[in-house]
Amino acid sequence: MGAEFVILSLAPLLIGTFAAVACALPGNFLLLRRQSLIGDAISHVVLPGIVVAFLVTGHSTTWPMMLGAAGAALVSVVLIETIRRLGRVDAGAAMGVIFTSMFAAGVLLLEQSDTSSVHLDVEHALYGNLESLIWLEASGWGSLLDPVALRALPPELTRMALTLLVVSLFTWGFWRPLKLATFDEGFARTLGIPVQLISLGLVVTAAIAAVAAFDAVGSIIVIAMFICPPATARMMTNRLAAQIWWSVAFAVLSAVLGYVLAGYGPLWFGGSNAVSAAGMIATVSGLMLAVVAAIGPHRTA
Amino acid sequence: MTAPAPAASLPRTDPAQSPLAIRGLTVSYGQQPVVFSVDMTVQDGAMTAIIGPNGAGKSTLLKAALNIVKPLAGRVSVYGRPLAEQAHRIAYVPQRASVDWDFPTEALDVVLMGLYRDLGLLRRVRAHHIKHAKDCLARVGMEDFADRQIGQLSGGQQQRVFLARALAQKADLYLLDEPFAGVDAATERAIIDVLKSLKDEGKTVVAVHHDLSTVRAYFDTVFLINRRKMGEGPIATAFTPETVQATYGGRLADGQITQLTQDA
Ligand SMILES: Nc1ncnc2c1ncn2[C@@H]1O[C@H](COP(=O)(O)OP(=O)(O)OP(=O)(O)O)[C@@H](O)[C@H]1O
Ligand SMILES: [Mg+2]
Repeated sequence: MGAEFVILSLAPLLIGTFAAVACALPGNFLLLRRQSLIGDAISHVVLPGIVVAFLVTGHSTTWPMMLGAAGAALVSVVLIETIRRLGRVDAGAAMGVIFTSMFAAGVLLLEQSDTSSVHLDVEHALYGNLESLIWLEASGWGSLLDPVALRALPPELTRMALTLLVVSLFTWGFWRPLKLATFDEGFARTLGIPVQLISLGLVVTAAIAAVAAFDAVGSIIVIAMFICPPATARMMTNRLAAQIWWSVAFAVLSAVLGYVLAGYGPLWFGGSNAVSAAGMIATVSGLMLAVVAAIGPHRTA
Repeated sequence: MTAPAPAASLPRTDPAQSPLAIRGLTVSYGQQPVVFSVDMTVQDGAMTAIIGPNGAGKSTLLKAALNIVKPLAGRVSVYGRPLAEQAHRIAYVPQRASVDWDFPTEALDVVLMGLYRDLGLLRRVRAHHIKHAKDCLARVGMEDFADRQIGQLSGGQQQRVFLARALAQKADLYLLDEPFAGVDAATERAIIDVLKSLKDEGKTVVAVHHDLSTVRAYFDTVFLINRRKMGEGPIATAFTPETVQATYGGRLADGQITQLTQDA
């Protein structure tokens, strides 16, 4: 593994891993709150935000698109809470309504506007472009110490690393109230824990992770990583802290194994083309879930 | 209903100093209020049973008193001060059904949750915290189940773990929602012994209770509710066939009720 690995694979591997872990961490709490599909919902509702950002700025640069996505995610979170409160309906139903209408609005906007010149298309939204996030300035491992080369690292890498940092800090800093509010909301309130604020914080954190990862690696990985590593980890242990660590391990394993298999797997089997890394990463995480569901130590809680 | 005369053995608590004084509490989840204009004055150092049929608003009364659900109207004071200032003096045990039994947590871990006010966001769990939690588990006879995932405990064991969590809070006022639901006679005995020991320490216990036949043996005072307050006071004066029959909307058999409320 020399220069070629550093140039072609190092950045995608790191970005995929960071994205996977950043989604899996809040995914654990969403799973226990039976709100796993929130990750799915977020990755769909950001579409109109991205289209609007594109229409306003006229091109598909990253920052406006990220802002548009984050704005759309926030709008939908507020809408979901409003519907839930005013309509006194279940969170799942409220999410379902917002999820479909936002995505539909995004598709309509996309059709009405002339965006065909850029790669703002369904395929990009699904698979992202992990394989294209290469580090051209690198000449080998030594480049990791070369400030000029480092500055040319794909910007997605910095963004995903920052996102992972934010998500990790939130999980660590608010560990106890998160756990208490998730386990026994009424009791948590009697302890003076601002339960609503914690829930909002969790959804916003999940949204940050989803939007950043969506931009870098596409929605397939986002959806898979919110659900598969936490669900797999839940079957490995009966302790929340251990579950979190297991989910991190499964997320890293999916990202690395998926990336490698996508790049080299088809060649080993005599194929000629690599397959999509995003698709393979999601597949690997699903396979791990299936295996642990069959033999995991704590399958039926 | 006229206010019953105070019993000689139980000095009437001044509402201004009562562990829990509620005035005009009204709660609604939708259109209809489920708790309507309820006043309640809990006696200091006594054991109080909250009694009423299913859906009478017993759980809602407790949750609203603790601000777990937001009341439409009403004032709550705890030891003569607003709830927000005194919440640390209350321990609450929710009704069984409201807990997520699949959650990845073990008995000892649940009891440690009772120490949240000591631990805060980031303080480390130390040996003395663990010891305190284990002592509380031992007090309810659950020390051998410390490592058991809570869903894998029996109903009575789960109830005792949650009582241990309340004990860990070192509170002065204990609010328990149906602590005897689905437990066998031996566990019921164990739980009532713990509650009585709390009373002996001068603490105040309020429990939602369904078994009319044990009210006399377990409690000092009763609070009867069916959306509205139907009676309140010492057993001798407030727990009468008339008040109980009225609370249950006349749905209990007369013989049954006389027997339950008159038996010594
Ligand atoms: N979260 C809720 N949303 C809507 N209605 C509710 C909710 N919780 C309780 N209710 C309704 O409020 C009324 C009072 O409920 P509550 O749980 O306080 O009764 P309870 O006296 O504790 O009954 P039980 O003996 O069955 O525990 C019931 O009619 C119930 O259907
Ligand atoms: Mg109840």
